[in-house]
Amino acid sequence: MRSLGDLVALSNNSGCSFIESVYQIEEQETGHSVETIRKDMESRFDDMALSVQEALSGNWSGKIIKPEAEKIGTYVASQNSEAFTSPYVLRASQIAIAVATYNAAMGRIVAAPTAGSCGILPGLLFSYRDHFASEKSELVDALTVAGAVGAVVASRATLAGAEGGCQAECGAAAAMGAAALVALREGAPDTIAHSVSLTFKSVLGLVCDPIGGLVESPCIKRNGLLVSVAALAADMALAGIKSILPADEVIDAMGQVGRAMPETLRETARGGLAVTPTARRLASEVLHGRW
Amino acid sequence: MPLTEIIGPVMIGPSSSHTAGAARLGRLALACWGEDPLESVEIFLRGSFAYTSYGHGTDRALVAGLLGMAPDDMRLRNALSIAKELQFNYRFDVEEVDGAHPNSARFVFTGKDNRTLEVIGASIGGGAVELQEIDGFKVSVSGELPSLITIHRDTHGVVAAITKLFAEMEINIATLSLYRKSKGGMASLVIELDLPSPPDDSVKQAMERAHPSIIRVLPLYARGGTSK
Repeated sequence: MRSLGDLVALSNNSGCSFIESVYQIEEQETGHSVETIRKDMESRFDDMALSVQEALSGNWSGKIIKPEAEKIGTYVASQNSEAFTSPYVLRASQIAIAVATYNAAMGRIVAAPTAGSCGILPGLLFSYRDHFASEKSELVDALTVAGAVGAVVASRATLAGAEGGCQAECGAAAAMGAAALVALREGAPDTIAHSVSLTFKSVLGLVCDPIGGLVESPCIKRNGLLVSVAALAADMALAGIKSILPADEVIDAMGQVGRAMPETLRETARGGLAVTPTARRLASEVLHGRW
Repeated sequence: MPLTEIIGPVMIGPSSSHTAGAARLGRLALACWGEDPLESVEIFLRGSFAYTSYGHGTDRALVAGLLGMAPDDMRLRNALSIAKELQFNYRFDVEEVDGAHPNSARFVFTGKDNRTLEVIGASIGGGAVELQEIDGFKVSVSGELPSLITIHRDTHGVVAAITKLFAEMEINIATLSLYRKSKGGMASLVIELDLPSPPDDSVKQAMERAHPSIIRVLPLYARGGTSK
């Protein structure tokens, strides 16, 4: 899976949907049957569902971050009509924060595409299930579309914070999620590609600067915030707004920005938020005397 | 990259390289050791494994792997207390080695029969791992395909005997790498097999009988567990 442009062209030329093109290419590349690929992705979806359930059912905390996901639920219940974002986005944010916190608490999660960004796709997909009651098979297909976008990013750029900063982790997860949302609404293949471009354009340059090197702050809240970018990018694309630049070129640019990023801002905890006075104090409190 | 690796692995958090990769590395090192009764394992942490171990549960993940747990095993969180219950004898230390991979560890296994094995491996990102050295042999094994490693004397006919064996068993060899310490000295053949799941023990036994110069065959695949 090397090009979103190729996937769109394959869909348009053969008159099939984007997801059918994804299955066709994945079958060619792995030698696995479409049936096996679907079954494997369904198993990933089931594990993700389990992580959402576990994450929401306990008051998990990390070493720095305390349980906060539930606050969004309380906020929505108390002043639903006053909230600036839609109930869908708020629920997605709540789930994303819960799953990312559960990860920090050594919960069992699905790296999607990484552990640090593991809340975004569950947030978007399971809020979709809660609000729009989609069939499981459609959600599995949407997860597969997200996977295909991630595979293209891995092949053209990177999905590792140490190589490309947070734009490559949470940014990629949001782009994958936007594509999944457009697919759930049966958007055209090029609409899927536009949603990916729009998302990446808004997160380009995002650095990876975790306090104490822990996958907690700013990671957890960034999971909770970027679901809104994904949802809005999907809405914009479905509204017909097009990216001037093709998705593959935007992904290439993300990779180039990542390589140009100083090492202090690529998961080394030596720059950005990680080295503010408060961050240094928190890190030394948590990590002092431990190895 | 397969879609299940983009959406995956399924793992205990918080870090794919420092938690999931560490568990996979411990498990692969254990597979290398085999099933002989263990007296103790020493684990020497290198690079960022040494400095961020506590925050990422790297110590628990490595011990979990050494106990045979997969990266998504819920018991990973309690691996240190489980090790205590099982009287699994391990010790952590830290070492600085020039040129070592930034996320790596050296394992020294000692058996009840005093056999020892030294394994060096690294977590190379996204939960993927690489075994880099086995008893002084520099190798490169990912463990993603079922692999077998021979320890043999460097004599003619060993490679031919092994490849003939796999031809007869109709198993395709994905990759084949040969290493030796010196001419006529100890040598090692690393074979990755195109199999969806590990072969049964008869394959290892057949390899051990394939040529008189073959001293040992180490199977490099973890048994049980749910994820690679």
